[in-house]
Amino acid sequence: MHAVAADGVWKYFGDYPALRGASLEIAKGSCVALLGRNGAGKTTLLRILARLSTPSKGAVKIDGRIGYLGHGIGVYDDLSAFENLMLFGQLAGVADPRQSADAALERVGLSRVKDGLAREFSRGMRQRLAIARAFLHEPELLLLDEPFTSLDDRAVAVLQKLLAHARSRGSTIVMSTHQIREAMELATDVALLERGRMIFAGPRTTEMLVDPGYLYRTYAETPAEPRA
Amino acid sequence: MRQGFAAALAIAGKDLRTEWRTRESINSSVSFALVILVLFSFAFDLDREEKLAISGGLLWLVYAFAGALIVNRSFAREIPNDCLEVLISSARGWAIFLGKSIACFVLLMVVELISLPIFGLFYNINWTGSLFALLLVMALSSWGVTIVGTALSAITVNVRLRELMLPVLLYPLMIPLLIGAMEMTTGLLNGNAVLSDIRLLIVYDVMFTAIALYLIEFILVI
Repeated sequence: MHAVAADGVWKYFGDYPALRGASLEIAKGSCVALLGRNGAGKTTLLRILARLSTPSKGAVKIDGRIGYLGHGIGVYDDLSAFENLMLFGQLAGVADPRQSADAALERVGLSRVKDGLAREFSRGMRQRLAIARAFLHEPELLLLDEPFTSLDDRAVAVLQKLLAHARSRGSTIVMSTHQIREAMELATDVALLERGRMIFAGPRTTEMLVDPGYLYRTYAETPAEPRA
Repeated sequence: MRQGFAAALAIAGKDLRTEWRTRESINSSVSFALVILVLFSFAFDLDREEKLAISGGLLWLVYAFAGALIVNRSFAREIPNDCLEVLISSARGWAIFLGKSIACFVLLMVVELISLPIFGLFYNINWTGSLFALLLVMALSSWGVTIVGTALSAITVNVRLRELMLPVLLYPLMIPLLIGAMEMTTGLLNGNAVLSDIRLLIVYDVMFTAIALYLIEFILVI
């Protein structure tokens, strides 16, 4: 049984095809690094998997509850940290939203400021609140769009800890990223998009781990050294 | 389904709590309603019969414009921090829509209940005679305004000129509702307990609620 099955997904923005028949099957419990250059279609694919967008053609099947961390922080400035997490706990239908919110705040180190409005938080604290929100309901499928980009050190540590915990729980993780070296260390599988086409999808190999440029050199039509 | 209703109530609670803290919609719509009612009372030198004749029309024009100010913020308040994206990924479209409609409905009723006594005072019209019938008309009409307005708020949320677009789309759609509401309100304030048009309000509310709930998923997820 797959956690994600995308079959021949096309997505047009006007006349422009952002995705061109991309197919991807992700086994439950795996951690997939979704790679590709800017404009390759990573965010579009992730948005479709997160049900934020519909494919123009093709089919997508998702099994399990989704946790999504996109480019935006996705927290309400005029609610407290606790109220933000209570809300998303209620939306996700967790059994005890109050207790879940408290536990999530504890995990990301925001318990002391739980009643402070999100607008009064520093950027790093807001990032940690966003991470807590995405992991709050212990989703079976985590969709993370460039999750490490512009995080401060503490937020990176929190995210890595939560990702490790999610993997130990058997959650499936799909994360798009440009930080290939970090992604390869976490990933069990790799998917490479180029101009909307899925040009590689398979297990992460030792070559990919030791040589971050290997994947692009081997599979991309226009090889170039990616940002490491 | 039950989870969807719980999510709708959570979203309505969130919107009302946010509004309570910022007062960005309620301040502008209450101020607008009161200013228009007071200005009209000084602008025209009407006798009592004439005041009674225009009472329903005046009230519902004010409520319709105040309602537009409220629904305009409904989905727009999700734009900062990309909250709409997270909301859509966390709850079903119909639950988001229902929650936002409930919040707008409560806010519009608050505006109406604040401005009604002011209207009675400045126009010397007794509105307490058919209070329950009047509240019924206000509730049914306000639900119609908010359901259509909230749906259009979702459609126009990413439009650059949404503050202009929403009223342009909203008012034509509200014409049948406003005609019914105006006629019944005028009748009730004149002491004639006319509720014959109540079916119009009910049909309008049911029809647009069903259409909006069906279409909202296609509107939000494109």
